[in-house]
Amino acid sequence: MKICVLMKQVASEDSPLSISNNIIDKASLNLVTNEPDSYALEEALLIKEKTNGEVTICTLGPESSQQVIKDGLAKGADKAIHIICDNTETMSSLDIAKIITKKIQNENFDLIFSGLQSNDYGFAQLGIIISELLDYSNACLVMGTEINENKLKIKKELENGWFQWSELKLPASLSIQSGINQPRYATLKGIMSVKNKPVDKIDFSELGLSLNAGYTIDEISIPQKSKQTQMIEGEVDDIVSQLTDILKNKIKVS
Amino acid sequence: MKLNALDYMGITSHFSEEELMVQNTARDFSEKEIMPIIEEHYEKGTFPEHLIPKFGELGFFGVNIPEKYGCGGMSNIAYGLICQELERVDSGIRSFASVQGSLVMYPIYAYGNEDQKMKWLPKLAKGEKIGCFGLTEPNFGSNPSGMLTNAKKVDGGYILNGSKMWITNGSIADIAIVWAKDDNEDVLGFIVEKDFEGFSAPEMHGKWSLRASVTSELVLENVFVPDSNVLPNIKGLKGPLGCLTQARYGIGWGALGAAMNLYDIALNYSKDRIQFDKPIASFQMIQDKLVWMLTEITKGQLLALQVGKNKDDGTLKHTQVSMIKRNNVNVARECAKLARGILGANGITSDYSIMRHMMNIESVYTYEGTDEMHTLILGHDITGIPAFK
Repeated sequence: MKICVLMKQVASEDSPLSISNNIIDKASLNLVTNEPDSYALEEALLIKEKTNGEVTICTLGPESSQQVIKDGLAKGADKAIHIICDNTETMSSLDIAKIITKKIQNENFDLIFSGLQSNDYGFAQLGIIISELLDYSNACLVMGTEINENKLKIKKELENGWFQWSELKLPASLSIQSGINQPRYATLKGIMSVKNKPVDKIDFSELGLSLNAGYTIDEISIPQKSKQTQMIEGEVDDIVSQLTDILKNKIKVS
Repeated sequence: MKLNALDYMGITSHFSEEELMVQNTARDFSEKEIMPIIEEHYEKGTFPEHLIPKFGELGFFGVNIPEKYGCGGMSNIAYGLICQELERVDSGIRSFASVQGSLVMYPIYAYGNEDQKMKWLPKLAKGEKIGCFGLTEPNFGSNPSGMLTNAKKVDGGYILNGSKMWITNGSIADIAIVWAKDDNEDVLGFIVEKDFEGFSAPEMHGKWSLRASVTSELVLENVFVPDSNVLPNIKGLKGPLGCLTQARYGIGWGALGAAMNLYDIALNYSKDRIQFDKPIASFQMIQDKLVWMLTEITKGQLLALQVGKNKDDGTLKHTQVSMIKRNNVNVARECAKLARGILGANGITSDYSIMRHMMNIESVYTYEGTDEMHTLILGHDITGIPAFK
């Protein structure tokens, strides 16, 4: 089983954020592996161990993204593809998917895993678009996988705490829901092995794709924390009926 | 990649990428797997044994022993960083790793024969076997040369008699590295297996320190140890002292971890705690304490880094290890008092780790060479005059 895991480097949640002219100062950010991608990697490693497979990490991003690769290789991935690209912020998910597809299309991966979404821009589209471009089957919000003799069964999360098991044809691209497993820690042995694992590095411009315009960022702002208190005034009966209305219809206490 | 720890002087560039990855893993693991359970173990006085195979899997035992023996094959600095992260959570947890790696695996590696190394090191590295180290006796602590435990040569081995005290991991250990004097008064090292007849390791109770760590007595009553379990390549007190240099080196880094945790707690608390309508961090006397902690921790870090580099390039003097053990444990001990003061009444509760660190550091202050002994080792080194003889 050949598995590709799409992983991204993002700013950590507690990173200091400084914004000027609608540009985030990247130098001040503390960069880490996108957490949802760690679940995707772990699921891939579990399948690799069961099927004697091979896991390839693929990341698109600047030179600093090699840390994501090194962490993943230290945890047990076998090799990596690093598509160097300095400015992914203004690229559309479609363009990013096209770049990655162009690079991996001849690798014949049986499975492509991505985290549910990235913790920075959170589009949650990449895995879906890639499955379309490569004509792979697709599932999102995957909470469980079972592989038996090349048959893939997946457990999907539905609304309201419901789950659904379904069967997919291989090859497939799955977006993995966070919490599906417990991501492992890098071991000292794993860390020592990183330097011997191959990383295929390529600049995205070498792939010769003509891309669309992507996005322009009009404004970036930090959300304001706000608490609003609504005072209910009037006679007791009035207050009670207003309060019941809020509880029933606004807060939806059932 | 950056050091995921207090780093005021920006010393990240002094570490290799592998060392930084090890530090990040150790931080991540201790934060998620040990920090949430440590208070409960401390209160109950139990060691979290379920961590042992996890430590083994991660490679935390025998970090700086070659890979050939199933060990880490990494630098002494990587080992130091692991000690720092473990002791940031609890000195007892770091003690476990110190004993296993520096006091049990190291002597087998440094003084054992190839058979002994192949037999024990891979299992100790995985945590499948646990070890302890028996040097200190009820009446011989700072003065181990006076030890009474003796080893009488008999056909095919030795008969050991005596007792050892304050032995970390004793009751849960599969093997004990026991130091005893032979008929010529030479100190020899023995691998005593737990089921050898006449050997027992009752746990000691009533500790108000290192409560999440097992401390035991070792009792040796006519214990026959075969020749194959004698460490062949060492004779004399330099054997156990060589092990202690390894462990004290780790303590020098570990104590910094405890100090860093104390500093973090005090800093965060002082920014949140409002008195006289402003955070107490805005008061000069609080800032003075925080800055003292920060500065001393930073100095200790630079000291540990240089001692680690000396150890890695083979120029280390054991007196330099005395200096980091003595200095950095003192720093942690003072930080505990300052942090406790900054937190006021909250400082005494188990909601914060301060009292636990404070009580732990009291052990660390006198074990593995008391503060005074390290002072006198350094005094001896610079004056040429031993004050303890």
